Amino acid sequence: MSGALQDWKSQKKPFAAVVTAPVFWLALFFVAPMAIVWLYSFGQNAGPADIEISGTLDNYKRATEWLYVSIFLKSFAVAALTTLLCLIIGFPVAMAITFAAPKWRPWLLLGIMLPFWTNLLIRTYALMALMGSNGYMNKGLGGLWEGASWLRTLVGMQPLEAWTPVQLLYNNFAVVLGLVYVHLPFMVLPLYSALDRLDKSLIEASLDLGAGHFKTFMQIVVPLAAPGIVAGVMITLIPALGAYLTPDLMGGTDSQMIANVIERQFKRANDWPFGAALSFLLIYAMFILIAFQSMRANKVKEA
Amino acid sequence: MFNRTPIAPLEYTRKLWMRSWVGLTMLFLYAPLIVLMVFSFNDSKRNVVWKGFTLKYYEKALNNDSLVEALVNSLTIAALATIVSLVIGALAAVALWRFRFPFKGLVEGTMSLPIIVPEICLGVAFLIFFAKVDWPTDLPWPLNLSAITIAHITFCFPFVAMVVRARLASFNKEEEEAAKDLGATEWQAFRDVLLPHIRPALVAGALLAFTLSLDDFVITFFTSGPDTITFPVKVYSMVRFSVTPEVNAASTILILLTVILTFIALKLQGVKGIAETH
Repeated sequence: MSGALQDWKSQKKPFAAVVTAPVFWLALFFVAPMAIVWLYSFGQNAGPADIEISGTLDNYKRATEWLYVSIFLKSFAVAALTTLLCLIIGFPVAMAITFAAPKWRPWLLLGIMLPFWTNLLIRTYALMALMGSNGYMNKGLGGLWEGASWLRTLVGMQPLEAWTPVQLLYNNFAVVLGLVYVHLPFMVLPLYSALDRLDKSLIEASLDLGAGHFKTFMQIVVPLAAPGIVAGVMITLIPALGAYLTPDLMGGTDSQMIANVIERQFKRANDWPFGAALSFLLIYAMFILIAFQSMRANKVKEA
Repeated sequence: MFNRTPIAPLEYTRKLWMRSWVGLTMLFLYAPLIVLMVFSFNDSKRNVVWKGFTLKYYEKALNNDSLVEALVNSLTIAALATIVSLVIGALAAVALWRFRFPFKGLVEGTMSLPIIVPEICLGVAFLIFFAKVDWPTDLPWPLNLSAITIAHITFCFPFVAMVVRARLASFNKEEEEAAKDLGATEWQAFRDVLLPHIRPALVAGALLAFTLSLDDFVITFFTSGPDTITFPVKVYSMVRFSVTPEVNAASTILILLTVILTFIALKLQGVKGIAETH
Protein backbone atom coordinates (compact mmCIF):
# COMPACT_ATOMS: atom_id res chain seq x y z
CA MET A 1 0.00 0.00 0.00
CA SER A 2 1.37 3.34 -0.90
CA GLY A 3 0.07 6.83 -1.25
CA ALA A 4 -2.28 8.53 1.16
CA LEU A 5 -5.77 9.65 0.25
CA GLN A 6 -5.89 12.47 -2.24
CA ASP A 7 -7.61 15.67 -1.33
CA TRP A 8 -10.62 16.20 -3.56
CA LYS A 9 -9.63 19.80 -4.30
CA SER A 10 -6.41 18.76 -5.99
CA GLN A 11 -8.34 16.62 -8.50
CA LYS A 12 -11.72 18.16 -8.90
CA LYS A 13 -12.63 16.64 -12.26
CA PRO A 14 -11.84 12.98 -11.52
CA PHE A 15 -13.44 13.42 -8.12
CA ALA A 16 -16.64 14.78 -9.61
CA ALA A 17 -16.62 11.99 -12.19
CA VAL A 18 -16.65 9.24 -9.57
CA VAL A 19 -18.66 10.80 -6.76
CA THR A 20 -21.62 12.37 -8.56
CA ALA A 21 -23.56 9.29 -9.62
CA PRO A 22 -23.45 7.37 -6.31
CA VAL A 23 -24.27 10.41 -4.16
CA PHE A 24 -27.05 11.50 -6.52
CA TRP A 25 -28.56 8.01 -6.48
CA LEU A 26 -28.37 7.68 -2.71
CA ALA A 27 -29.92 11.10 -2.14
CA LEU A 28 -32.76 10.67 -4.62
CA PHE A 29 -33.62 7.01 -4.27
CA PHE A 30 -32.69 6.21 -0.70
CA VAL A 31 -32.54 9.27 1.53
CA ALA A 32 -35.60 10.94 -0.03
CA PRO A 33 -37.89 7.87 0.27
CA MET A 34 -36.75 7.22 3.84
CA ALA A 35 -37.26 10.89 4.72
CA ILE A 36 -40.82 10.75 3.39
CA VAL A 37 -41.55 7.68 5.52
CA TRP A 38 -40.10 9.48 8.52
CA LEU A 39 -42.30 12.53 7.89
CA TYR A 40 -45.37 10.32 7.37
CA SER A 41 -44.81 8.77 10.76
CA PHE A 42 -45.75 12.16 12.23
CA GLY A 43 -48.86 12.45 10.08
CA GLN A 44 -52.46 11.37 10.10
CA ASN A 45 -55.01 10.24 7.56
CA ALA A 46 -56.85 13.32 6.31
CA GLY A 47 -58.84 11.62 3.57
CA PRO A 48 -59.00 8.31 1.70
CA ALA A 49 -55.81 9.04 -0.21
CA ASP A 50 -54.56 12.08 1.61
CA ILE A 51 -52.10 12.24 4.46
CA GLU A 52 -51.56 15.37 6.45
CA ILE A 53 -48.20 15.71 8.16
CA SER A 54 -49.33 17.42 11.33
CA GLY A 55 -46.41 16.65 13.62
CA THR A 56 -48.59 14.46 15.79
CA LEU A 57 -47.02 11.80 17.99
CA ASP A 58 -50.21 9.72 18.03
CA ASN A 59 -48.73 7.01 15.82
CA TYR A 60 -45.86 6.44 18.20
CA LYS A 61 -48.24 6.57 21.16
CA ARG A 62 -50.35 3.90 19.51
CA ALA A 63 -47.24 1.77 18.97
CA THR A 64 -46.76 1.61 22.75
CA GLU A 65 -50.09 -0.20 23.14
CA TRP A 66 -49.54 -3.66 24.59
CA LEU A 67 -50.67 -5.35 21.36
CA TYR A 68 -47.81 -3.81 19.40
CA VAL A 69 -45.24 -3.97 22.20
CA SER A 70 -45.97 -7.67 22.58
CA ILE A 71 -45.50 -8.23 18.84
CA PHE A 72 -42.16 -6.42 19.00
CA LEU A 73 -41.10 -8.54 21.97
CA LYS A 74 -42.27 -11.69 20.28
CA SER A 75 -40.40 -10.84 17.06
CA PHE A 76 -37.30 -10.29 19.10
CA ALA A 77 -37.73 -13.59 20.95
CA VAL A 78 -38.28 -15.50 17.70
CA ALA A 79 -35.25 -13.84 16.08
CA ALA A 80 -33.10 -14.54 19.15
CA LEU A 81 -34.16 -18.19 19.29
CA THR A 82 -33.48 -18.53 15.54
CA THR A 83 -30.02 -17.03 16.01
CA LEU A 84 -29.24 -19.31 18.94
CA LEU A 85 -30.29 -22.41 17.00
CA CYS A 86 -28.27 -21.31 13.97
CA LEU A 87 -25.24 -20.84 16.23
CA ILE A 88 -25.65 -24.28 17.82
CA ILE A 89 -26.14 -26.00 14.47
CA GLY A 90 -23.64 -23.86 12.60
CA PHE A 91 -20.64 -23.89 14.91
CA PRO A 92 -19.74 -27.58 14.51
CA VAL A 93 -20.30 -27.23 10.76
CA ALA A 94 -17.92 -24.26 10.61
CA MET A 95 -15.41 -26.23 12.69
CA ALA A 96 -15.72 -29.22 10.38
CA ILE A 97 -15.10 -27.01 7.32
CA THR A 98 -12.08 -25.37 8.97
CA PHE A 99 -10.45 -28.65 9.84
CA ALA A 100 -11.47 -30.55 6.71
CA ALA A 101 -8.85 -31.76 4.26
CA PRO A 102 -7.94 -28.96 1.82
CA LYS A 103 -9.42 -31.02 -0.99
CA TRP A 104 -12.83 -31.10 0.65
CA ARG A 105 -12.98 -27.60 2.16
CA PRO A 106 -14.06 -25.60 -0.92
CA TRP A 107 -16.78 -28.11 -1.70
CA LEU A 108 -18.16 -28.03 1.82
CA LEU A 109 -18.18 -24.23 1.62
CA LEU A 110 -19.96 -24.38 -1.70
CA GLY A 111 -22.45 -26.77 -0.12
CA ILE A 112 -23.31 -24.11 2.45
CA MET A 113 -23.34 -21.27 -0.08
CA LEU A 114 -25.49 -22.80 -2.79
CA PRO A 115 -28.71 -22.65 -0.72
CA PHE A 116 -27.77 -19.08 0.23
CA TRP A 117 -27.85 -18.21 -3.46
CA THR A 118 -31.09 -20.04 -4.12
CA ASN A 119 -34.27 -18.02 -4.15
CA LEU A 120 -35.63 -17.45 -0.65
CA LEU A 121 -39.23 -17.95 -1.67
CA ILE A 122 -38.44 -21.24 -3.39
CA ARG A 123 -36.58 -22.49 -0.33
CA THR A 124 -39.47 -21.56 1.95
CA TYR A 125 -41.92 -23.20 -0.40
CA ALA A 126 -39.80 -26.37 -0.60
CA LEU A 127 -39.68 -26.60 3.17
CA MET A 128 -43.44 -26.07 3.38
CA ALA A 129 -44.06 -28.90 0.94
CA LEU A 130 -41.97 -31.19 3.13
CA MET A 131 -43.78 -30.14 6.30
CA GLY A 132 -47.33 -30.36 4.95
CA SER A 133 -49.83 -32.68 6.62
CA ASN A 134 -49.02 -35.41 4.09
CA GLY A 135 -45.41 -34.38 3.49
CA TYR A 136 -42.32 -36.43 4.23
CA MET A 137 -41.68 -34.99 7.66
CA ASN A 138 -45.06 -36.23 8.83
CA LYS A 139 -44.40 -39.59 7.21
CA GLY A 140 -41.06 -39.80 9.02
CA LEU A 141 -42.71 -39.03 12.34
CA GLY A 142 -45.40 -41.58 11.55
CA GLY A 143 -42.70 -44.19 10.93
CA LEU A 144 -41.08 -43.41 14.29
CA TRP A 145 -44.47 -43.62 15.99
CA GLU A 146 -45.15 -47.04 14.50
CA GLY A 147 -41.66 -48.17 15.51
CA ALA A 148 -42.34 -47.08 19.07
CA SER A 149 -45.68 -48.84 18.99
CA TRP A 150 -44.01 -52.04 17.80
CA LEU A 151 -41.39 -51.79 20.57
CA ARG A 152 -44.19 -51.50 23.11
CA THR A 153 -45.76 -54.71 21.89
CA LEU A 154 -42.35 -56.39 22.22
CA VAL A 155 -42.21 -55.64 25.92
CA GLY A 156 -45.79 -56.69 26.33
CA MET A 157 -47.48 -53.30 26.49
CA GLN A 158 -50.51 -52.12 24.56
CA PRO A 159 -49.60 -50.78 21.09
CA LEU A 160 -50.08 -47.04 20.61
CA GLU A 161 -53.07 -45.67 18.78
CA ALA A 162 -52.76 -45.35 15.02
CA TRP A 163 -50.68 -42.35 13.84
CA THR A 164 -52.60 -39.26 12.90
CA PRO A 165 -50.68 -36.61 10.94
CA VAL A 166 -49.78 -33.63 13.09
CA GLN A 167 -50.06 -30.05 11.98
CA LEU A 168 -46.43 -29.00 11.57
CA LEU A 169 -47.11 -25.89 9.56
CA TYR A 170 -48.88 -22.65 10.50
CA ASN A 171 -47.57 -22.30 14.03
CA ASN A 172 -44.64 -20.73 15.87
CA PHE A 173 -42.57 -23.90 15.59
CA ALA A 174 -42.81 -23.73 11.80
CA VAL A 175 -41.74 -20.07 11.80
CA VAL A 176 -38.63 -20.77 13.86
CA LEU A 177 -37.75 -23.83 11.79
CA GLY A 178 -38.26 -21.86 8.57
CA LEU A 179 -36.11 -18.98 9.80
CA VAL A 180 -33.34 -21.36 10.88
CA TYR A 181 -33.50 -23.05 7.50
CA VAL A 182 -33.20 -19.76 5.65
CA HIS A 183 -30.57 -18.11 7.85
CA LEU A 184 -28.21 -21.00 8.61
CA PRO A 185 -25.74 -20.11 5.81
CA PHE A 186 -25.58 -16.51 7.09
CA MET A 187 -24.25 -17.87 10.39
CA VAL A 188 -21.85 -20.51 9.07
CA LEU A 189 -19.90 -18.27 6.67
CA PRO A 190 -18.67 -15.62 9.19
CA LEU A 191 -17.97 -18.36 11.76
CA TYR A 192 -15.87 -20.17 9.20
CA SER A 193 -13.89 -17.09 8.24
CA ALA A 194 -13.10 -16.40 11.92
CA LEU A 195 -12.13 -20.01 12.65
CA ASP A 196 -10.02 -20.16 9.53
CA ARG A 197 -7.86 -17.30 10.80
CA LEU A 198 -7.38 -18.93 14.16
CA ASP A 199 -3.88 -20.14 14.98
CA LYS A 200 -4.29 -23.90 15.15
CA SER A 201 -1.15 -24.43 17.19
CA LEU A 202 -2.95 -22.81 20.15
CA ILE A 203 -5.48 -25.62 20.09
CA GLU A 204 -2.71 -28.18 19.82
CA ALA A 205 -0.88 -26.57 22.73
CA SER A 206 -4.01 -26.66 24.86
CA LEU A 207 -4.58 -30.32 24.06
CA ASP A 208 -0.90 -31.17 24.69
CA LEU A 209 -1.02 -29.46 28.06
CA GLY A 210 -3.80 -31.76 29.12
CA ALA A 211 -7.00 -29.85 28.55
CA GLY A 212 -9.81 -31.95 27.14
CA HIS A 213 -11.53 -31.19 23.86
CA PHE A 214 -14.47 -29.53 25.60
CA LYS A 215 -12.28 -27.35 27.82
CA THR A 216 -10.11 -26.38 24.85
CA PHE A 217 -13.21 -25.52 22.89
CA MET A 218 -14.69 -23.33 25.62
CA GLN A 219 -11.46 -21.62 26.70
CA ILE A 220 -9.48 -21.37 23.47
CA VAL A 221 -11.68 -21.72 20.40
CA VAL A 222 -14.73 -19.75 21.52
CA PRO A 223 -12.85 -16.67 22.86
CA LEU A 224 -10.63 -16.52 19.78
CA ALA A 225 -13.58 -16.93 17.42
CA ALA A 226 -15.59 -14.28 19.29
CA PRO A 227 -15.48 -11.67 16.49
CA GLY A 228 -16.84 -14.26 14.07
CA ILE A 229 -19.54 -15.29 16.55
CA VAL A 230 -20.61 -11.66 17.01
CA ALA A 231 -20.62 -11.08 13.23
CA GLY A 232 -22.62 -14.26 12.67
CA VAL A 233 -25.11 -13.35 15.40
CA MET A 234 -25.67 -9.86 13.98
CA ILE A 235 -25.91 -11.06 10.39
CA THR A 236 -28.56 -13.61 11.44
CA LEU A 237 -30.43 -11.59 14.07
CA ILE A 238 -31.00 -8.46 11.96
CA PRO A 239 -32.71 -10.06 8.95
CA ALA A 240 -34.55 -12.53 11.23
CA LEU A 241 -36.00 -9.63 13.24
CA GLY A 242 -37.34 -8.03 10.06
CA ALA A 243 -38.49 -11.30 8.48
CA TYR A 244 -41.69 -11.03 6.53
CA LEU A 245 -42.00 -14.01 4.20
CA THR A 246 -41.44 -16.90 6.64
CA PRO A 247 -43.99 -15.83 9.28
CA ASP A 248 -46.40 -14.86 6.52
CA LEU A 249 -46.30 -18.21 4.72
CA MET A 250 -45.44 -20.65 7.51
CA GLY A 251 -46.94 -18.98 10.56
CA GLY A 252 -50.41 -19.19 12.02
CA THR A 253 -52.66 -16.39 13.15
CA ASP A 254 -50.66 -15.97 16.36
CA SER A 255 -47.20 -16.01 14.82
CA GLN A 256 -47.15 -12.63 13.16
CA MET A 257 -43.93 -10.72 13.43
CA ILE A 258 -43.44 -7.00 13.25
CA ALA A 259 -42.87 -6.97 9.47
CA ASN A 260 -46.29 -8.57 8.91
CA VAL A 261 -47.96 -5.89 11.03
CA ILE A 262 -46.18 -3.19 9.02
CA GLU A 263 -47.26 -4.78 5.75
CA ARG A 264 -50.87 -4.85 6.91
CA GLN A 265 -50.85 -1.11 7.61
CA PHE A 266 -49.88 -0.47 4.00
CA LYS A 267 -52.18 -2.97 2.34
CA ARG A 268 -55.34 -4.06 4.16
CA ALA A 269 -55.52 -1.67 7.11
CA ASN A 270 -54.46 1.27 4.93
CA ASP A 271 -53.01 3.29 7.78
CA TRP A 272 -49.80 4.56 6.23
CA PRO A 273 -48.76 6.97 9.01
CA PHE A 274 -48.98 4.22 11.65
CA GLY A 275 -47.11 1.80 9.36
CA ALA A 276 -44.43 4.46 8.83
CA ALA A 277 -44.04 4.88 12.60
CA LEU A 278 -43.70 1.11 13.09
CA SER A 279 -41.12 0.95 10.26
CA PHE A 280 -39.00 3.57 11.93
CA LEU A 281 -39.30 1.87 15.32
CA LEU A 282 -37.96 -1.29 13.67
CA ILE A 283 -35.10 0.69 12.11
CA TYR A 284 -34.28 2.26 15.50
CA ALA A 285 -34.21 -1.23 17.01
CA MET A 286 -31.63 -2.26 14.38
CA PHE A 287 -29.54 0.82 15.15
CA ILE A 288 -29.54 -0.03 18.85
CA LEU A 289 -28.36 -3.57 18.08
CA ILE A 290 -25.58 -2.27 15.84
CA ALA A 291 -24.56 0.34 18.40
CA PHE A 292 -24.22 -2.40 21.04
CA GLN A 293 -22.06 -4.40 18.70
CA SER A 294 -19.72 -1.54 17.82
CA MET A 295 -19.45 -0.56 21.50
CA ARG A 296 -18.38 -4.12 22.23
CA ALA A 297 -15.94 -4.09 19.32
CA ASN A 298 -14.35 -0.88 20.60
CA LYS A 299 -13.94 -2.34 24.08
CA VAL A 300 -12.18 -5.36 22.61
CA LYS A 301 -9.86 -3.07 20.64
CA GLU A 302 -8.97 -1.05 23.75
CA ALA A 303 -8.30 -4.14 25.86
CA MET B 1 -11.69 -41.41 3.02
CA PHE B 2 -11.42 -44.71 4.82
CA ASN B 3 -7.66 -44.85 5.40
CA ARG B 4 -6.73 -46.38 8.72
CA THR B 5 -4.21 -43.92 10.09
CA PRO B 6 -5.25 -42.92 13.61
CA ILE B 7 -7.29 -39.75 13.87
CA ALA B 8 -5.07 -36.84 14.87
CA PRO B 9 -6.39 -34.50 17.57
CA LEU B 10 -7.24 -31.71 15.17
CA GLU B 11 -8.82 -33.89 12.53
CA TYR B 12 -12.26 -33.07 13.83
CA THR B 13 -13.71 -33.72 10.42
CA ARG B 14 -12.80 -37.37 10.66
CA LYS B 15 -14.71 -37.92 13.86
CA LEU B 16 -17.97 -39.74 13.42
CA TRP B 17 -20.18 -37.33 15.37
CA MET B 18 -18.79 -34.40 13.45
CA ARG B 19 -19.39 -36.14 10.14
CA SER B 20 -22.92 -37.02 11.10
CA TRP B 21 -23.53 -33.44 12.22
CA VAL B 22 -22.36 -32.02 8.90
CA GLY B 23 -24.25 -34.71 7.01
CA LEU B 24 -27.48 -33.99 8.86
CA THR B 25 -27.09 -30.25 8.33
CA MET B 26 -26.58 -30.76 4.61
CA LEU B 27 -29.60 -33.08 4.59
CA PHE B 28 -31.61 -30.34 6.31
CA LEU B 29 -30.45 -27.76 3.75
CA TYR B 30 -30.84 -29.87 0.64
CA ALA B 31 -33.61 -32.42 1.28
CA PRO B 32 -36.46 -29.92 0.74
CA LEU B 33 -34.92 -28.66 -2.50
CA ILE B 34 -34.19 -32.13 -3.84
CA VAL B 35 -37.67 -33.42 -2.98
CA LEU B 36 -39.14 -30.37 -4.71
CA MET B 37 -37.05 -30.96 -7.83
CA VAL B 38 -37.75 -34.70 -7.97
CA PHE B 39 -41.49 -34.27 -7.52
CA SER B 40 -41.68 -31.67 -10.26
CA PHE B 41 -41.42 -34.73 -12.55
CA ASN B 42 -44.12 -36.63 -10.67
CA ASP B 43 -47.26 -37.57 -12.56
CA SER B 44 -49.61 -36.78 -9.71
CA LYS B 45 -51.47 -33.75 -8.45
CA ARG B 46 -50.83 -34.68 -4.85
CA ASN B 47 -47.19 -34.33 -4.16
CA VAL B 48 -46.41 -37.27 -1.94
CA VAL B 49 -46.70 -40.49 -3.86
CA TRP B 50 -44.52 -41.17 -6.87
CA LYS B 51 -46.81 -42.02 -9.79
CA GLY B 52 -44.35 -42.02 -12.65
CA PHE B 53 -42.20 -39.65 -14.66
CA THR B 54 -43.76 -36.79 -16.57
CA LEU B 55 -42.76 -33.50 -18.09
CA LYS B 56 -46.31 -32.22 -18.29
CA TYR B 57 -45.92 -29.72 -15.47
CA TYR B 58 -42.97 -28.18 -17.28
CA GLU B 59 -45.12 -27.93 -20.35
CA LYS B 60 -47.87 -26.34 -18.27
CA ALA B 61 -45.47 -23.94 -16.60
CA LEU B 62 -43.95 -22.89 -19.91
CA ASN B 63 -47.41 -22.44 -21.43
CA ASN B 64 -48.54 -20.37 -18.48
CA ASP B 65 -48.12 -16.95 -20.06
CA SER B 66 -48.22 -14.96 -16.84
CA LEU B 67 -45.57 -17.21 -15.27
CA VAL B 68 -43.25 -16.89 -18.28
CA GLU B 69 -43.87 -13.15 -18.39
CA ALA B 70 -42.98 -12.93 -14.70
CA LEU B 71 -39.77 -14.85 -15.31
CA VAL B 72 -38.83 -12.62 -18.24
CA ASN B 73 -39.57 -9.55 -16.12
CA SER B 74 -37.39 -10.85 -13.30
CA LEU B 75 -34.47 -11.59 -15.61
CA THR B 76 -34.79 -8.20 -17.32
CA ILE B 77 -34.87 -6.35 -14.00
CA ALA B 78 -31.93 -8.37 -12.70
CA ALA B 79 -29.87 -7.64 -15.82
CA LEU B 80 -30.61 -3.90 -15.79
CA ALA B 81 -30.11 -3.60 -12.04
CA THR B 82 -26.80 -5.47 -12.30
CA ILE B 83 -25.42 -3.17 -14.99
CA VAL B 84 -26.34 0.06 -13.20
CA SER B 85 -25.31 -1.27 -9.76
CA LEU B 86 -21.97 -2.30 -11.17
CA VAL B 87 -21.26 1.19 -12.52
CA ILE B 88 -22.50 3.11 -9.47
CA GLY B 89 -21.01 0.65 -7.01
CA ALA B 90 -17.58 0.71 -8.65
CA LEU B 91 -17.60 4.52 -8.83
CA ALA B 92 -18.56 4.76 -5.17
CA ALA B 93 -15.81 2.33 -4.20
CA VAL B 94 -13.19 4.30 -6.14
CA ALA B 95 -14.40 7.62 -4.69
CA LEU B 96 -14.21 6.38 -1.10
CA TRP B 97 -10.91 4.60 -1.63
CA ARG B 98 -9.12 7.41 -3.39
CA PHE B 99 -10.31 10.76 -2.09
CA ARG B 100 -10.53 12.69 1.11
CA PHE B 101 -13.58 14.96 1.01
CA PRO B 102 -15.99 16.73 3.34
CA PHE B 103 -18.85 14.60 4.77
CA LYS B 104 -17.06 11.44 3.69
CA GLY B 105 -18.13 9.60 6.84
CA LEU B 106 -21.72 10.60 6.22
CA VAL B 107 -21.65 9.35 2.63
CA GLU B 108 -20.00 6.12 3.70
CA GLY B 109 -22.49 5.55 6.51
CA THR B 110 -25.50 6.34 4.36
CA MET B 111 -24.28 3.95 1.70
CA SER B 112 -24.17 1.05 4.14
CA LEU B 113 -27.73 1.75 5.29
CA PRO B 114 -29.56 0.02 2.41
CA ILE B 115 -27.76 -3.16 3.51
CA ILE B 116 -28.85 -2.79 7.14
CA VAL B 117 -32.35 -1.33 6.88
CA PRO B 118 -34.88 -4.18 6.95
CA GLU B 119 -36.31 -5.10 3.56
CA ILE B 120 -39.83 -4.37 4.72
CA CYS B 121 -38.92 -0.77 5.61
CA LEU B 122 -37.20 -0.24 2.28
CA GLY B 123 -40.20 -1.71 0.47
CA VAL B 124 -42.57 0.58 2.31
CA ALA B 125 -40.34 3.58 1.58
CA PHE B 126 -40.43 2.86 -2.15
CA LEU B 127 -44.18 2.31 -2.08
CA ILE B 128 -44.69 5.75 -0.51
CA PHE B 129 -42.02 7.41 -2.64
CA PHE B 130 -43.35 6.23 -6.00
CA ALA B 131 -46.91 7.07 -4.95
CA LYS B 132 -45.84 10.52 -3.79
CA VAL B 133 -43.92 11.45 -6.96
CA ASP B 134 -46.69 9.96 -9.14
CA TRP B 135 -44.31 7.64 -10.93
CA PRO B 136 -46.01 6.69 -14.23
CA THR B 137 -47.25 3.11 -14.17
CA ASP B 138 -48.68 2.74 -17.67
CA LEU B 139 -45.45 2.87 -19.64
CA PRO B 140 -44.72 0.24 -22.31
CA TRP B 141 -42.48 -2.70 -21.45
CA PRO B 142 -39.66 -2.57 -20.30
CA LEU B 143 -40.07 0.99 -19.03
CA ASN B 144 -42.88 -0.10 -16.73
CA LEU B 145 -40.28 -2.07 -14.80
CA SER B 146 -38.35 1.11 -14.00
CA ALA B 147 -39.72 1.55 -10.46
CA ILE B 148 -38.77 -2.00 -9.45
CA THR B 149 -35.39 -1.68 -11.17
CA ILE B 150 -34.63 1.56 -9.32
CA ALA B 151 -35.53 -0.07 -6.00
CA HIS B 152 -33.29 -3.04 -6.80
CA ILE B 153 -30.34 -0.85 -7.76
CA THR B 154 -30.62 0.95 -4.43
CA PHE B 155 -30.09 -2.20 -2.40
CA CYS B 156 -27.66 -3.88 -4.84
CA PHE B 157 -25.06 -1.22 -5.49
CA PRO B 158 -23.79 -0.91 -1.88
CA PHE B 159 -22.94 -4.63 -2.04
CA VAL B 160 -21.01 -4.09 -5.27
CA ALA B 161 -19.20 -1.14 -3.68
CA MET B 162 -18.27 -3.29 -0.69
CA VAL B 163 -16.81 -6.07 -2.84
CA VAL B 164 -14.91 -3.67 -5.13
CA ARG B 165 -13.53 -1.68 -2.21
CA ALA B 166 -12.16 -4.82 -0.60
CA ARG B 167 -10.34 -5.57 -3.83
CA LEU B 168 -9.04 -2.01 -4.19
CA ALA B 169 -7.29 -2.33 -0.82
CA SER B 170 -4.76 -4.61 -2.49
CA PHE B 171 -4.05 -2.21 -5.36
CA ASN B 172 -0.59 -0.72 -5.50
CA LYS B 173 -1.05 2.98 -6.23
CA GLU B 174 2.51 3.18 -7.57
CA GLU B 175 1.35 1.26 -10.64
CA GLU B 176 -1.10 4.01 -11.44
CA GLU B 177 1.49 6.71 -10.79
CA ALA B 178 3.95 4.90 -13.04
CA ALA B 179 1.36 4.83 -15.82
CA LYS B 180 0.79 8.56 -15.44
CA ASP B 181 4.52 9.27 -15.35
CA LEU B 182 4.77 7.40 -18.62
CA GLY B 183 2.21 9.72 -20.15
CA ALA B 184 -1.14 8.06 -19.53
CA THR B 185 -4.08 10.37 -18.97
CA GLU B 186 -6.30 10.03 -15.92
CA TRP B 187 -8.84 8.07 -17.97
CA GLN B 188 -6.22 5.81 -19.58
CA ALA B 189 -4.69 5.02 -16.21
CA PHE B 190 -8.14 4.14 -14.90
CA ARG B 191 -9.03 1.98 -17.87
CA ASP B 192 -5.73 0.17 -18.38
CA VAL B 193 -4.37 -0.15 -14.86
CA LEU B 194 -7.09 0.13 -12.25
CA LEU B 195 -9.91 -1.56 -14.12
CA PRO B 196 -7.99 -4.79 -14.88
CA HIS B 197 -7.05 -4.99 -11.21
CA ILE B 198 -10.64 -4.79 -9.96
CA ARG B 199 -12.07 -7.07 -12.67
CA PRO B 200 -12.48 -10.13 -10.38
CA ALA B 201 -14.36 -7.96 -7.89
CA LEU B 202 -16.58 -6.67 -10.68
CA VAL B 203 -17.44 -10.23 -11.71
CA ALA B 204 -18.18 -11.19 -8.12
CA GLY B 205 -20.18 -8.00 -7.58
CA ALA B 206 -22.19 -8.56 -10.73
CA LEU B 207 -23.10 -12.09 -9.70
CA LEU B 208 -24.04 -10.88 -6.24
CA ALA B 209 -26.21 -8.08 -7.61
CA PHE B 210 -27.88 -10.39 -10.12
CA THR B 211 -28.73 -12.98 -7.45
CA LEU B 212 -29.92 -10.37 -4.96
CA SER B 213 -32.19 -8.82 -7.56
CA LEU B 214 -33.54 -12.16 -8.78
CA ASP B 215 -34.10 -13.25 -5.19
CA ASP B 216 -35.91 -10.21 -3.91
CA PHE B 217 -39.51 -10.63 -2.95
CA VAL B 218 -40.38 -8.16 -0.20
CA ILE B 219 -39.24 -4.91 -1.84
CA THR B 220 -40.67 -5.94 -5.21
CA PHE B 221 -43.95 -6.89 -3.55
CA PHE B 222 -44.40 -3.24 -2.57
CA THR B 223 -43.25 -1.68 -5.84
CA SER B 224 -44.86 -4.00 -8.39
CA GLY B 225 -48.19 -3.25 -10.00
CA PRO B 226 -50.67 -5.59 -11.66
CA ASP B 227 -48.74 -5.48 -14.95
CA THR B 228 -45.29 -5.75 -13.46
CA ILE B 229 -45.28 -9.11 -11.71
CA THR B 230 -41.87 -10.64 -11.09
CA PHE B 231 -41.16 -14.32 -10.68
CA PRO B 232 -41.00 -14.37 -6.85
CA VAL B 233 -44.20 -12.30 -6.61
CA LYS B 234 -45.95 -14.69 -9.01
CA VAL B 235 -44.76 -17.76 -7.15
CA TYR B 236 -45.88 -16.13 -3.90
CA SER B 237 -49.42 -15.67 -5.14
CA MET B 238 -49.45 -19.22 -6.52
CA VAL B 239 -48.22 -20.64 -3.19
CA ARG B 240 -50.64 -18.45 -1.29
CA PHE B 241 -53.75 -19.43 -3.16
CA SER B 242 -53.19 -22.88 -4.55
CA VAL B 243 -50.14 -25.10 -4.57
CA THR B 244 -49.79 -26.65 -7.98
CA PRO B 245 -47.04 -28.87 -9.37
CA GLU B 246 -46.41 -26.09 -11.88
CA VAL B 247 -44.75 -24.13 -9.09
CA ASN B 248 -42.42 -27.09 -8.53
CA ALA B 249 -41.51 -27.11 -12.21
CA ALA B 250 -40.95 -23.35 -12.37
CA SER B 251 -38.92 -23.45 -9.14
CA THR B 252 -36.76 -26.25 -10.49
CA ILE B 253 -35.98 -24.13 -13.54
CA LEU B 254 -34.90 -21.25 -11.30
CA ILE B 255 -32.84 -23.50 -9.02
CA LEU B 256 -31.04 -24.90 -12.06
CA LEU B 257 -30.43 -21.34 -13.25
CA THR B 258 -28.84 -20.54 -9.87
CA VAL B 259 -26.67 -23.65 -10.03
CA ILE B 260 -25.55 -22.78 -13.56
CA LEU B 261 -24.71 -19.21 -12.51
CA THR B 262 -22.76 -20.53 -9.54
CA PHE B 263 -20.77 -22.84 -11.77
CA ILE B 264 -20.01 -20.03 -14.21
CA ALA B 265 -18.74 -18.07 -11.23
CA LEU B 266 -16.65 -21.08 -10.22
CA LYS B 267 -15.12 -21.34 -13.67
CA LEU B 268 -14.28 -17.66 -13.61
CA GLN B 269 -13.01 -17.39 -10.09
CA GLY B 270 -12.33 -20.83 -8.65
CA VAL B 271 -14.08 -22.15 -5.55
CA LYS B 272 -11.73 -20.24 -3.27
CA GLY B 273 -12.35 -16.93 -4.96
CA ILE B 274 -16.09 -17.33 -4.54
CA ALA B 275 -15.69 -18.28 -0.91
CA GLU B 276 -13.67 -15.16 -0.26
CA THR B 277 -16.22 -12.76 -1.70
CA HIS B 278 -18.72 -13.74 0.98
